[in-house]
Amino acid sequence: MIPALVDHLPALQVVTPLLCAPLCVLVRPGRAAHAIASFGAIASLAIAARLLAEVLDHGVLSYALGGWAAPWGIEYRIDGLGAFTLVIVTTVAAVVFPLSRASVEAEVEPARRHLFYAALMLSLAGMAGIAVTGDLFNLFVFLEIASLAAYVLVAFGRGGPAKLAALRYLVAGTVGATFVLIGIGLLYAATGSLNMADVSARLPQVQQSTALKSAFAFLVIGIAIKMALFPLHAWLPNAYARAPSVVGAFLAGSSTKVAVYALIRVVFGVFGADYAFARLSVDWVLLPCAAAGVIAGGVVALFQSDVKRMFAWSSVAQVAYMVLGAALASAAGLSAALVHMMNHALMKAAIFLALGGIVYRTGAVSIDALAGIGRRMPLTLAGLVVASLGLVGVPFTAGFVSKWTLLRAALQGDAWLLATVIVAGSLLTLLYTGRIVEAACLRSPPPGSVSTGTAEAPPGVLAALWLLAGASVFLGLDTSLTVGVAERVAGALLESAAGRWR
Amino acid sequence: MSALPAIAVGIPLAGALGIALAGRRPNLREGVTFVTGAALVAATAALWPAVAAGERPRLALLSVSPELEIAFEAEPLGLLFATLASVLWLVTSLYSVGYMRALAEHAQTRFYACFAVSLAAATGVAFAANVFTLFACYEILTLATWPLVTHHGDDEARRGGRVYALLLLAASIGLLVPALVWTQAAAGTLDFRPGGVLDGHVSPGAAGLLLALYVFGIAKAALMPLHRWLPAAMVAPTPVSALLHAVAVVKAGVFSIAKVSVYLFGPGLLSEAATGRGLMYLAALSIVVAALVAARQDNLKARLAYSTVSQLSYVTLGAMMANVPATLGAGMHILMHAVAKITLFFCAGAILVASGKTRVSELDGIGRRMPITMAAFTVASLGIVGLPPAGGMWSKWQLALGALEAGEGLLLAALLLGSLLSLGYLAPICVRAFYRTPDPASARTIGEAPWPCTTAIAVCALMVLGLFAAPDLLYRLLEPVAAPAADTMAAEAPT
Repeated sequence: MIPALVDHLPALQVVTPLLCAPLCVLVRPGRAAHAIASFGAIASLAIAARLLAEVLDHGVLSYALGGWAAPWGIEYRIDGLGAFTLVIVTTVAAVVFPLSRASVEAEVEPARRHLFYAALMLSLAGMAGIAVTGDLFNLFVFLEIASLAAYVLVAFGRGGPAKLAALRYLVAGTVGATFVLIGIGLLYAATGSLNMADVSARLPQVQQSTALKSAFAFLVIGIAIKMALFPLHAWLPNAYARAPSVVGAFLAGSSTKVAVYALIRVVFGVFGADYAFARLSVDWVLLPCAAAGVIAGGVVALFQSDVKRMFAWSSVAQVAYMVLGAALASAAGLSAALVHMMNHALMKAAIFLALGGIVYRTGAVSIDALAGIGRRMPLTLAGLVVASLGLVGVPFTAGFVSKWTLLRAALQGDAWLLATVIVAGSLLTLLYTGRIVEAACLRSPPPGSVSTGTAEAPPGVLAALWLLAGASVFLGLDTSLTVGVAERVAGALLESAAGRWR
Repeated sequence: MSALPAIAVGIPLAGALGIALAGRRPNLREGVTFVTGAALVAATAALWPAVAAGERPRLALLSVSPELEIAFEAEPLGLLFATLASVLWLVTSLYSVGYMRALAEHAQTRFYACFAVSLAAATGVAFAANVFTLFACYEILTLATWPLVTHHGDDEARRGGRVYALLLLAASIGLLVPALVWTQAAAGTLDFRPGGVLDGHVSPGAAGLLLALYVFGIAKAALMPLHRWLPAAMVAPTPVSALLHAVAVVKAGVFSIAKVSVYLFGPGLLSEAATGRGLMYLAALSIVVAALVAARQDNLKARLAYSTVSQLSYVTLGAMMANVPATLGAGMHILMHAVAKITLFFCAGAILVASGKTRVSELDGIGRRMPITMAAFTVASLGIVGLPPAGGMWSKWQLALGALEAGEGLLLAALLLGSLLSLGYLAPICVRAFYRTPDPASARTIGEAPWPCTTAIAVCALMVLGLFAAPDLLYRLLEPVAAPAADTMAAEAPT
């Protein structure tokens, strides 16, 4: 890259997709818009990878937007946690956007495709912004950009149910956003600053204030709504299930991860682990919610007959796993949460892509419609099975590494009950993915189904699916990219938080 | 040499690829199976001299994380299991050709390819140098055998396959994974080492819980009440029941239990573990109850399956007793039972191919039409019961000595009762086959099964007899495995 540009990478991370969005609208034809969106996603991944390398080599990057120094100007501040999240989000985008044109063309009407791609770009820009910004109000702005774009994306789904799901998502998301905004306002009132590092430095002087406690509560609940933490999850299953498959793949892989990032950033980065856990005992709220989410998400998923809804409910459980890891408030727990963020993003995006491929051929994704699909779409189904095995946590998949690190963290904290919950969640996953595999491989196709020949998912979708499924197997064999990085990130996060209150 | 165990795991994998590629030409495809099987036998045979001389060839393949390493190592117990699986695979392949072609089964390429992958996984279990590698191969074995169990693709296969996969996977994910994490947390390593790695790191109470997690988590050992998957797996074609559900899969289970108790717990800790005694009695109960259930089965394969449940608990019991003769007996019984039981399944399959009969009550006089098959059946029955001149006698002898040494009269009684009951459910079949008059309507058309089947049966029956002459070889091979137990006993003995 050109040296002058390298200094501006933090800004480019947001600006690139943000500029691609209006371009998509201007060029109009779906194919050209698709090309622009693909470019935006791949460029974002390149920038994110470069940023992660920079951060791991040289430590935290600080970038003053417009040359205004912090705490007066808006600071973009990228540490290991932010860069890691950026890589997760942009990886999913860079694999899904370029390769799944066929799926978009099957599910989105031609006249609106350029708008669809514009919304995808806006959503990506918002998520990237959340991960780079060091300013609390800016965080709120980006959270809203990402969310508004996501409501629109869900509404692109076919028919009335998609619009209703989008509306419910909108209402819940706006409540969450309002909570976040109130929290930020209270924090500003208590400390007089919006810069995260600055706020964090001023907190010890006002730690007794009720405003601070309220700010913490509003922020945590607001973000919990955005990430669909049980019992604030009601918007998620329909939103993911009714949205176009590509949106499901992208959002399931990225939006909840970004919300988990925001939670970790606010709890560990701004307030600090001591304040949040030792003083306010937030783990007594988060751990039961997470444990209940793991179980409830799995149980409800088990009884779904719509496979997209099944995996959407599974997302509720998987997000709960991440929160569970983070709420253990140990280096091991935090790094387990981060590892699972990456692994789950890849696996769930792969699963939704596979479902998109099946919708493309059969038009439906109920369990009954899946009967006998193994003979007609062997490669698509194999990809789905590999990703599902990862979700269960079979060895040699990324999911096993997630479960292993989570269990290790739970046992290190002597949290036997949580360890049981983690294991029970895996068993539930085994049951519902087992239903799909059995239907697809062993039941005969419904009478009157189209043909007996093979009809795989479109080549691009298939390639994207196998890229993600392959990556999830690779990350099950070599964990230096996930566990290695996550441990460093978690260690740095706890260290920086620990020094402040003493 | 150090890479040989890992290469042995790779051979059947390469074979599976070859089988898939040669799918359109059945003779070439079966040729690939035979070449692969022969290569695997050669690889395991090549390891014998070194291992007998005390070497432990080891190769670390890759490390998933600093804690989790994929590594293969040849030690006596594993070598015995690998040799057993590879030799019997070769014989089973011969049998499969006759069986599958005679019944004109569908999807034969998938069948042979999955078979090869299963063997790779079983070899991986045998040569695993740490419990993570063992667990990974163990899971792959479950997944690779699922298409074989559900081969027929009908409703019955679906139900059987569901019980099979769910029970095995649920036990390993629910119990075995936590046991692994706990082991890593307590001992700081997952490696198998002579004398165990957990001793001194966990209290007897914790060791008891951990032991229970392992013993039940390894559901392939079919210890009651986690045995239901084994009868369910009988919906598979007979070669699968024979090699996998009499040898590779179930023996991978009891072998894993033996390996965990010898190389993770060690005899010292095992005798202190709070649940050790309870698990021993559960195994004894499993021996007797499964034998009683077997006696009530009319379906021949189901009777054999419950007999397997009963006989597997002999190995589990031996491994739990952890003294010298019991450890030797457990190791030997893995071999002795495998050879005898595979013969019985081959016979059951041959009867199905030749006559279409699946029930014990239909077998009147069949010995006159299929003399080779039923003679082999009789020999193998002797092997299961543990009577001379069959090899099964030696393992049961050692196990009984082990029970005496442990001073457990009740366990000794269970061992003997189990053998007596096995005589009770196997001998009537032989008597019926040779002495009852056949049903005249169907009898004329029945002859022996195709020659590949009969040959495989004869080879296996001869092995049952041959092993009667070979106990010395096994003693010498397995002695180092039992050595820590000998040390512990020497330390405890009054001086």
